[in-house]
Amino acid sequence: MMIIGVLKEIHPGERRVAMAPSVVKQQCLKNAHSVLLEQGAGVIANFTDDQYEDSGAEIVETAYQVWERADVILKIRPPEENPETGDHEADLLRKDACLICLLNPGLNSDLLQMLAKTGGTAIAVDQIPRISRAQSMDVLSSMANISGYRAITEAAHHFGRLFNGQITAAGRIPPAKVLVIGAGVAGLSAVGSAQSLGAIVRAFDTRSSVREEIQSMGAEYLEMNFEEDGSGIGGYAKTMSKEFIDAEMKLFAEQAKEVNIIITTAAIPGKKSPILITKEMVESMIPGSVIVDMAAEGGGNCELTQPGETCVHKKVTIIGLTDLPSRLPTQASQLFSNNTAKLIQHLSQDGKLKLDLEDEITGAITVVHDGKVIWDPNKVKAVVEKPVQPVTQEPLSKEVAAPPTVKETKNGTGLKVLAWTMAAVFAGLIGFGGSSEFLSHITVFVLACFVGFMVVWNVSPALHTPLMSVTNAISGIIVIGGMIHLSGEQFLLPAIAVLIATINIVGGFMVTHRMLEMFRK
Amino acid sequence: MPEGLITVAYIVSGVLFILSLRGLSNQETAKRGNLYGAAGMIIAVLATILGGRVGSLGTLMLVMLVGGGIGLFAARRVAMTAMPELVAILHSFVGAAAVLVGIVSHLESAHISGTELLIHEIEIVLGVFIGAYTFTGSVIAFLKLRGSIGGKPLTLPFRHYLDLSLVLISVLFGVWFVNGAAEEQLMYLLFIIGIAGLLGIHMIMGIGGADMPVVVSMLNSYSGWAAASAGFMLSNDLLIITGALVGSSGAILSYIMCRGMNRSFISVIAGGFGVAEGTVAVVSKEDEGKEAQATSAEETADYLRSAKQVIVVPGYGMAVAQAQHIVHEITKNLRNGNVSVKFAIHPVAGRLPGHMNVLLAEANLPYDIVFEMDEINSEFKATDVVLVIGANDIVNPGALDDESSPIFGMPVLEVWDAKTVIVLKRTMATGYSGVGNPLYFRGNTWMLFGDAKESLNKVSALLN
Repeated sequence: MMIIGVLKEIHPGERRVAMAPSVVKQQCLKNAHSVLLEQGAGVIANFTDDQYEDSGAEIVETAYQVWERADVILKIRPPEENPETGDHEADLLRKDACLICLLNPGLNSDLLQMLAKTGGTAIAVDQIPRISRAQSMDVLSSMANISGYRAITEAAHHFGRLFNGQITAAGRIPPAKVLVIGAGVAGLSAVGSAQSLGAIVRAFDTRSSVREEIQSMGAEYLEMNFEEDGSGIGGYAKTMSKEFIDAEMKLFAEQAKEVNIIITTAAIPGKKSPILITKEMVESMIPGSVIVDMAAEGGGNCELTQPGETCVHKKVTIIGLTDLPSRLPTQASQLFSNNTAKLIQHLSQDGKLKLDLEDEITGAITVVHDGKVIWDPNKVKAVVEKPVQPVTQEPLSKEVAAPPTVKETKNGTGLKVLAWTMAAVFAGLIGFGGSSEFLSHITVFVLACFVGFMVVWNVSPALHTPLMSVTNAISGIIVIGGMIHLSGEQFLLPAIAVLIATINIVGGFMVTHRMLEMFRK
Repeated sequence: MPEGLITVAYIVSGVLFILSLRGLSNQETAKRGNLYGAAGMIIAVLATILGGRVGSLGTLMLVMLVGGGIGLFAARRVAMTAMPELVAILHSFVGAAAVLVGIVSHLESAHISGTELLIHEIEIVLGVFIGAYTFTGSVIAFLKLRGSIGGKPLTLPFRHYLDLSLVLISVLFGVWFVNGAAEEQLMYLLFIIGIAGLLGIHMIMGIGGADMPVVVSMLNSYSGWAAASAGFMLSNDLLIITGALVGSSGAILSYIMCRGMNRSFISVIAGGFGVAEGTVAVVSKEDEGKEAQATSAEETADYLRSAKQVIVVPGYGMAVAQAQHIVHEITKNLRNGNVSVKFAIHPVAGRLPGHMNVLLAEANLPYDIVFEMDEINSEFKATDVVLVIGANDIVNPGALDDESSPIFGMPVLEVWDAKTVIVLKRTMATGYSGVGNPLYFRGNTWMLFGDAKESLNKVSALLN
């Protein structure tokens, strides 16, 4: 039906390939397309030509053959000049063909013009809108996920210590502390990877809505005492106010002194990355620490980052690699080709490519069509996120000036209320002028209340019913009151008291036992 | 047995009670915790007997045997769905016992005088007041939970003033009791008991069925305070310690429940929630005229079979329909077919804190696939099918986005993020809060009308 061409990447150091053999098979058998592959395209990603041939691809010797014959041309990096042949890839696009690759249209307007001149169609996979319908085609998320993992392994490689804490015969090894700034896909992936290596992980993000996601991965969410939410359009973070940024920088400065590894992911698509880690912060870090700047492509979040390089500044390694996904070429190629396969399916009808520019996804990603550049940077529509809950309840007015502090996220309100009530009751009773015996009872009472509070806060919610029935049984201790009075001249009333209290004790413990027997793993 | 030894025994049992509560903090140690509690109780009772302070040992044995028998019988027979009732009625016993101990303690206070007598009498007043309130309140809660009394809150005119005046009258009688002549005192005490009892009845009558988890845990707390006040009357530290432990435990549970509903403790206790007071919009304007889409057992089975991840959200309706066993059948079936099944429990699902967990445990569901709201809320997005069984308010999206909704701000399970939501429900009637649920009108929501157990039986048969 369609001929899909796959090119060998010519960008220096690029190891990925745009289609993995398993997807070739799927395209050939299930969708009845044919796949044309440039010789050796997948070799660095560990996919051999034989594997491709077995999957049904036709191997051709030169890239020209692919450009001449394919209806859809898949590659990873934006087209560029081939130093060996002197041809620019963009010039090779046929009028009736469609190029699908990363284009980064915000930064490559010249390239878009070149592509427009050919009269062909160009689709930028990095423009896929972040809506749930398009999730399966979202190449950037797939790559970010891989980058996050690789960022941690790169850091581990340069870090002279273990990530996990251990107690060995030779002494104690403290766990490494990792700070992840920005909890998007890449950030969360880094959080998860660092966590599974055993590090203590903290994460920060201007969007308070990602807090739960951070916590669900077992990391600590660093909180600022500041009320401003950074959820912007299209699922990206927006630019924050100056006060917020100052507060944020202060937090990072505090953290820099403490953590061993910092991963920054604050990249703004098509713009220069904001500086979050200053030279002073780097110098305040513990010798041997590592910074991985995942925003290096846009200039970097760290002042000292050298994009594409790994450098050492005063015993702190700063990794500014821009080819993180390409360093895991097999997996990255696999995910890229899965995403683009879904995309091709979305774009085609009855086995032929048919672009419906009214469609939210197609409209956003088609950047060159019919000889014109049709990319509109404002096309990314606002995606309404769920309502944002304020981080703190304090009024905004005074908090702006006050320096933010890292706040513990524990709930102590209940305890506070209790403590004050108790204090009031206690004071009131003392004012009554109680005897020393009475006061000693009060002491016991107050301490027991606190013990009760401390102990019960730890009860897991699943056990609330058993807790209730066991406390119920325990409060049957009032039986002693009845027993003591059973000796006196009163008889009937204490006897009844003992009777019902015993029902309580036996019933309570037995039913608790019965319930707990039922809980099983 | 010397006095010192008894004190030591009491300390030991106090420590055992603390360990008992501590043991309940997770499933692995919970059983041991229960045993610690029982051991503490046995030590306390034995020490009291051996201390020689109990006159007629024969009577004691007889009474305890009878009481123990009744307790054993009740504990063996009670159905897990009826746990809230059992817990409520047991609370009432503690309350009643505290009242009785209070009366007897007053009758035998001849040997005390001066300031000590004053303090003692104040303790008695407090003790019988809390005891009587706990007693009648628990009885009403019991009747409400059994369904003998309707779940609708009773709202008399000026009910808050009524409550307040009852409290003031008891204080007045309390003053008279403390100052009164010896022969009149008993009468005053009985008045206080009567008024506190009335207050208990009236206040619990005024609280709606959906707030029952708070009520039950609050009564749990009060029963503890009643035991503690008995301890003060009798100068018995063990009773004080135990009462305080139970009291604070109940208070925490109430607090957790209130937080689960985003309501203040006072507003729950003041009652009256969930009645149409003219302002409650049953269906919001947007939903007016919209039809909920109905589905069938066959379709439900198809949805479940083709899903990768299913989350079940049980509510009180599951308990009423006794559907937990058939839910387990379906779960087993789906898990065998490599469908991931999880359970999402809202803090106030059911009529008792942790009620749903107990029911699911009874049906032999492994507890590691049962999750709390905070743990699972982010997972709905990646879920294919959510099965809502007899739950309403806890899955109401209005709580998050409709400021006019009476339950606005209450944390809820965000089931609508899943691809498909299937709601099992008898009719389109509203939940206990009387609030319409926009979830039913969402495009990805399908209603499976009918008795939950019958519907699920059909689904289960189809899955086989």
